[in-house]
Amino acid sequence: MAKPSPKIDIRTSPYIRKAPTVAEIMRNVVYALMPIAVYGVYQFGLSALLLMITTTLSCALTEQLFCTLSGKKSTVSDFSAVISGLMLSMSLPPGFPLWMAAVAGFTAIAMGKTLFGGIGFNVFNPALVGRAFVQAAFPVSITTWTPAFAEGRFSELIPSTLAIPFMKPLPTEAWSMTVAPDGYTGATPLSLMKYQNIFTDSEQLLLGMTNGAVGESSAILILLCGGYLVYRKMLDWRIPAAVITGTVLTASVFYLIDPTDYPSPLFMVLAGGLMFASIFMASDMVASPVTPLGIFIFGLLVGFLTVIIRLFGGLTESIMYAILFGNAATPLIESYTQPKIYGTRKKGGK
Amino acid sequence: MGLLQLFSKKTFPHGIHPPEYKDETSRKKTIRLAFAPEIVLPLSQHIGAPAIPIVHKGQFVERGELIAEPAENALSVPIHASVSGTVKDIELMPSAKGPKVKSIIITTSPSSPQIPLTGGPQDYLSMDSTQIISAVKETGLVGLGGAGFPSYAKMMVPKERNIHTVVINGCECEPFLTTDHRVMLEKVDAMMTGINIAIKAVNADKAIIGIENNKREVMDVIRDRLPDDNLISVEAVETKYPQGAEKMLVKSLLGVEIPSRGLPSEIGLAIFNVATMAEMGSLLPNRQGLIERIITVTGDELERPGNYIVPIGTPLKYILDFAGFTGAEAELILGGPMMGLPVSSLETPVTKGTGAVLVLDKRATKRDDIQPCIKCSMCLQACPINLNPSELGQLAAKRRYDVMEKDYHLNDCFECGCCSYVCPSNIPLVQYFRIAKALNRERHIQNG
Ligand code: SF4
Ligand code: SF4
Repeated sequence: MAKPSPKIDIRTSPYIRKAPTVAEIMRNVVYALMPIAVYGVYQFGLSALLLMITTTLSCALTEQLFCTLSGKKSTVSDFSAVISGLMLSMSLPPGFPLWMAAVAGFTAIAMGKTLFGGIGFNVFNPALVGRAFVQAAFPVSITTWTPAFAEGRFSELIPSTLAIPFMKPLPTEAWSMTVAPDGYTGATPLSLMKYQNIFTDSEQLLLGMTNGAVGESSAILILLCGGYLVYRKMLDWRIPAAVITGTVLTASVFYLIDPTDYPSPLFMVLAGGLMFASIFMASDMVASPVTPLGIFIFGLLVGFLTVIIRLFGGLTESIMYAILFGNAATPLIESYTQPKIYGTRKKGGK
Repeated sequence: MGLLQLFSKKTFPHGIHPPEYKDETSRKKTIRLAFAPEIVLPLSQHIGAPAIPIVHKGQFVERGELIAEPAENALSVPIHASVSGTVKDIELMPSAKGPKVKSIIITTSPSSPQIPLTGGPQDYLSMDSTQIISAVKETGLVGLGGAGFPSYAKMMVPKERNIHTVVINGCECEPFLTTDHRVMLEKVDAMMTGINIAIKAVNADKAIIGIENNKREVMDVIRDRLPDDNLISVEAVETKYPQGAEKMLVKSLLGVEIPSRGLPSEIGLAIFNVATMAEMGSLLPNRQGLIERIITVTGDELERPGNYIVPIGTPLKYILDFAGFTGAEAELILGGPMMGLPVSSLETPVTKGTGAVLVLDKRATKRDDIQPCIKCSMCLQACPINLNPSELGQLAAKRRYDVMEKDYHLNDCFECGCCSYVCPSNIPLVQYFRIAKALNRERHIQNG
């Protein structure tokens, strides 16, 4: 039997592994974000589209730039920067000046990710780092909301979109008045709650008939998109579940104390970016705990802080800060929540 | 009952569901392989001290003859000649464990009828525990599930411990492997005898056979043959990897946990594998030594995959030629794809603990680049021991091996591979853990 001696390659077990890879997970997150993006463009028109393109490009280019500078293999193709870009745009006001959006994208990757050593090492969710930066740098623009379903939104841009860098963006109030469909102003459900004590109907919140950021639109749509990822086992449902539990619990306490002054738990969950942020941002794997109990505590903490800041803080939407805080607390949470292993011996026994 | 079973499925937390790849071999009857022209019998095929050869170069030995005695006052078992022939040499030969080990090489006699020697019948029913245990030792039997722990030693229970239940492991959770499946179908009577011997040896009240619920037809066959005294029962457990690990099986069957780095006897259990029981049931009543075993030979690159009865010591090359190995670019594995050992030489012989030879297409086992841990927590949700492989992996990358051992239970990891299997970043976690353990051992030795 003169057979060629086979070529044998030595590696250790296990020899089989399961898909998906990181890149596949990230790609699917992008797919899951697409319906939300499309709906956002339908709601807010061309400006929202340009905003998404700008942050995504800015994040991807920044990632590429740092890879080139440090002589590393390009990591753009793992899609994580693209996700950061998309998520970032979805947390910004649709009329946010594009140049500021580009700055946000740059900071997200440069400060939120590369500074820590790239994917896997970031302590915070990069998109939220970018957003926090522009929140501090451009406090006016980031709280300038424009109406959804504005007339002519597919043919003209929101006046502030094309603001010239380092110049004060054009005011949008007058424009908002002229284009808004009946009864709508630029106010978001959360600012209505905070400043006027008006609680928007949950039906409108579910369907996304409200103003706000793209990621603050239809709760149902966001749930569906998240559901897809959970179904594909690419999203840890425990994180959003814990955040929502934390939110409901905390909001319930206040609601029970005084239902006229404080909004219902349902409103708290559906309004603002909570759905989006809890499903897509709090669940950023890298910056959240891995231990089962840790995940639960992290979620509760984020939910709790969100409600507290919303009700008593200076900001209208606060989930982003709550998540950043949770990210910072992650190592501490993890160190106290290591899983109990199989066969742990009772104390005293050796 | 059917519905109830569905809800009260016996299982353990975590684990994984890899594809099974068993159909190729599970339905075929076991075939006896011819004798290879040369047989290599390593003196250390078991956990413990190597056996001591009692034959010399040039000596003619009969099939079944004792050729190496167990080392004295140590954990050790004897070795029997698996063919009739002439001792060619006693020298260092390649082994599955990596480094070369001292082995007895026998040139098979082409003219011998190859009838195995036996010591004559003995009635285990009239023997007491001590007698049974020494008779088991004489057979040279070790755990055939892979670890190779001497079976007699498993039966020596410290006096202060009481064994109430013998657990029989009929879970073959590794993909591809079907030897236990075939043994349970083809050698069910010998297995029952073996189980009765084991019950007697450890003075247990009963035995439970745990079988994965994907082997319904096997369960039916066994249920048919259960003795009337109700001493032995059969239970279905969930088909999941690593159900066949002792720790997982007892958790599934009885809801108990073997204490961390302790023995099953601490909680009143003795655990044996079905193939070991079948061998014991056929060897011990005839005072015969362990000279052959069943192995699964399978994988993408074979023309005749199947289960084969092979003399222990048969070189892999001989088996692969017989099974129609096409010689393509392949990865050779002794054991299953989750925990098997890589093979470096085709001269490596089958030993008592070898349950399978797997030939996988290299393209199928190719791994992508390693990426940083994205802390997806999938490994934590897969680890049956409930370790934190993510943290362990990161510590390994920082070479904090001591912390891994002290604070993160490194030594409780039994290298089942679930964490590596699910890791989307392709991190070879198990490999890291093996290295860490080895380095820790070295460090402990240096520090005395
Ligand atoms: S599965 Fe891999 S990437 Fe995910 S947490 Fe574990 S080690 Fe990290
Ligand atoms: S190899 Fe070790 S750490 Fe990984 S899953 Fe198995 S027991 Fe857990």
